[in-house]
Amino acid sequence: MADIAGKTQKNPRVPMPEQEPKVRARNFLEVPTGYTMKMAQEEAARCLQCKKPGCVTGCPVGVDIPGFIDLIVQGDMSGAIRHLWKMNALPAVCGRVCPQEIQCEGQCIVGKKGQPVAIGNLERFCADYEREHGTGELPPKQPSTGKKVAVVGSGPSGLTVAGDLIVKGHDVTIYEAFHKPGGVLVYGIPEFRLPKAIVAQEVNFLERLGVKVECNAVVGRTVSLDELFAEGYEAIYVGVGAGLPKFMNLPGENLVGILSANEYLTRANLMKAYQFPDVDTPIPHGKNVVVLGAGNVAMDSARTAMRLGAETVKIVYRRSRDEMPARKAEIHHAEEEGIEMCLLTNPTRYLGNEKGRLTGMECLRMELGEPDASGRRRPVPIKGSEFQVDCDLCIVAVGSGANPLLTSETSDMQLNKWGYVVTDPATGKTTKKGVWAGGDIVTGAATVILAMGAGRQAADSIHNYLTLGW
Amino acid sequence: MFKIVRRQEMTGGTVILNEIEAPLIAKKARPGQFVILKANENGERIPLTMADSDPEKGTITIIYMVVGKSTALFRDLQVGDSYQDVIGPLGKATHLEKVGKVICVGGGTGVAVLHPITRGLKEIGNDVTCIIGARTKDLLILEDEMKKASHDLRVCTDDGTYGHHGFVTQVMQEVLDAGDVKLVVAIGPVPMMKAVSKITKDYNVPTMVSLNPIMVDGTGMCGGCRVTIGGETKFACVDGPEFDGHQVDFDELMMRLQAYQEDERDSHQHYCTIRDAK
Repeated sequence: MADIAGKTQKNPRVPMPEQEPKVRARNFLEVPTGYTMKMAQEEAARCLQCKKPGCVTGCPVGVDIPGFIDLIVQGDMSGAIRHLWKMNALPAVCGRVCPQEIQCEGQCIVGKKGQPVAIGNLERFCADYEREHGTGELPPKQPSTGKKVAVVGSGPSGLTVAGDLIVKGHDVTIYEAFHKPGGVLVYGIPEFRLPKAIVAQEVNFLERLGVKVECNAVVGRTVSLDELFAEGYEAIYVGVGAGLPKFMNLPGENLVGILSANEYLTRANLMKAYQFPDVDTPIPHGKNVVVLGAGNVAMDSARTAMRLGAETVKIVYRRSRDEMPARKAEIHHAEEEGIEMCLLTNPTRYLGNEKGRLTGMECLRMELGEPDASGRRRPVPIKGSEFQVDCDLCIVAVGSGANPLLTSETSDMQLNKWGYVVTDPATGKTTKKGVWAGGDIVTGAATVILAMGAGRQAADSIHNYLTLGW
Repeated sequence: MFKIVRRQEMTGGTVILNEIEAPLIAKKARPGQFVILKANENGERIPLTMADSDPEKGTITIIYMVVGKSTALFRDLQVGDSYQDVIGPLGKATHLEKVGKVICVGGGTGVAVLHPITRGLKEIGNDVTCIIGARTKDLLILEDEMKKASHDLRVCTDDGTYGHHGFVTQVMQEVLDAGDVKLVVAIGPVPMMKAVSKITKDYNVPTMVSLNPIMVDGTGMCGGCRVTIGGETKFACVDGPEFDGHQVDFDELMMRLQAYQEDERDSHQHYCTIRDAK
């Protein structure tokens, strides 16, 4: 990890090789290229095999981390992946996109005096090894219960629910609104951070276990929850994500050249617009690009713009570096690739030409005042500090809200005042009988692994319901 | 896969009708709603408002003009071929209500979208006058169908080759002058809907238009289809596609529709080059 790489110690972690920043900033290939078997075993040997492992308590799905790492040390790769699968159906994804630094690795004892064991890298290695050299042998499944479960949404939480319930013997069908399964893993996270072939492989693993996937099915439009019950489903899990883009409501926001990060990333990732015109979906190629926001989605958007040939890419964020919500590793990767951080800067309006196209934006400089409700120091505008930034493309990555498409068509499911689904925090049960919900449609935009944790919890509750009752 | 069961070329092949097997969508579809279609793996997601749906047969019908690569790909699909993806029904259905005298104005392929709405308005007891127009006689579509769907059909051509010589707006004004019109529905090219809305505003007649901006997902996720309605931003995919014509910022819509003009031209050219090389 870059943020701790400067420390010298006797037993440093084995770094994962990466593409050179200058090279990778212009291609869509994955940035870290993966461990070799030798590297993985050397890194795995750093694990102390703690009796009371902190890493496991730091993992939202409770993966037995020392267990799978020990199997790598022993060279039993088939055992290692099967051990991982017990708690996590998506190790190739989690190894790449989990914020390990604040979860498992954040609790690692080795990390107290130096660099923690590279748990994420090792998890990724196991999944990649299985994909490249594995036997394809599936984990064991319980006998069929004959109970039908519908999962709405094929993002990380939906895939987790499907994976957990299929091995318990239930009959699981996933409904996905897009033409490809994977949810945010496919439309949101870029190829260079999570290759789509890997997501497809994880979905295929579930399909081989018996999960059915129905794409192009917009639940709430094509079919309603009540119609699914009428078709014989006994339980439904709603994991539709938080896909409602937020804009800043600034003057000029509908100029051509201003896109939500959802739109920009969906064009680039799901529709593969970076291969235009070999694929049919276009994407704007900005020369001078501004990204509003400083979360992981903002970093993904900025790094995508750079790969699409931008000359300059600026992250415009109203707070300071310490408050940036993105993972440190993502910020580091972005800066290495030449993305500028314009901190303590807030846009006030967009500027356009007579053709309705974006030409720039006006910004204000900010300074940090007293802490606000979030505990972060509130950014306060500096009077008279207006200045202009030239740009021909602006990507708005300031978060997302609850998409009402499904929930507004389901009158007997309670929502909170922001439109998120109200659930029992211990089980994921909604107020509608037989319906569970989890992931971003409950919590608001969060991480892949938290959504998976919610899916795990709901799957346990659904299994109890199907075997014992509501 | 979504199989084409009927295909018809109109206006000498520039406008195509496809009736497509999509039983789940057909069961739910109502006038005014749209679907998103994708021809193949690398295809673009194209939103089109449905011209018809048949829940018994399990089919939906779309009518589109061939304007770029994606619609050229659609045109290449024959009966028996399939669209890889069809998603819907999306958007809000038309609010059909008995109000009395109604004018339905259609231009270009907008007539196809207008047809089920006109039929619906007539079925519930409105007195429906329909005005359809095209640049020239050969580009008119669905004349017989619109005649059946309304009480009185007026046809206009810009060049005078058929029907009234002039724009639909001129004929509409005559009907408005006769009085008592309670509602105007206008669907067609943006300049036509803009001109219609401008006139009906002077007559103070409520006017509904159907918008077809650029969109990706069609479910409220991308915000690409945002339009300004009465000074407020709305998403055409979930808040529309129909809006109060007097509130729509048509100039902004026209500019936003041009966003990918150059890319679209390059893409079409690229496609033609590859196709011709084969």
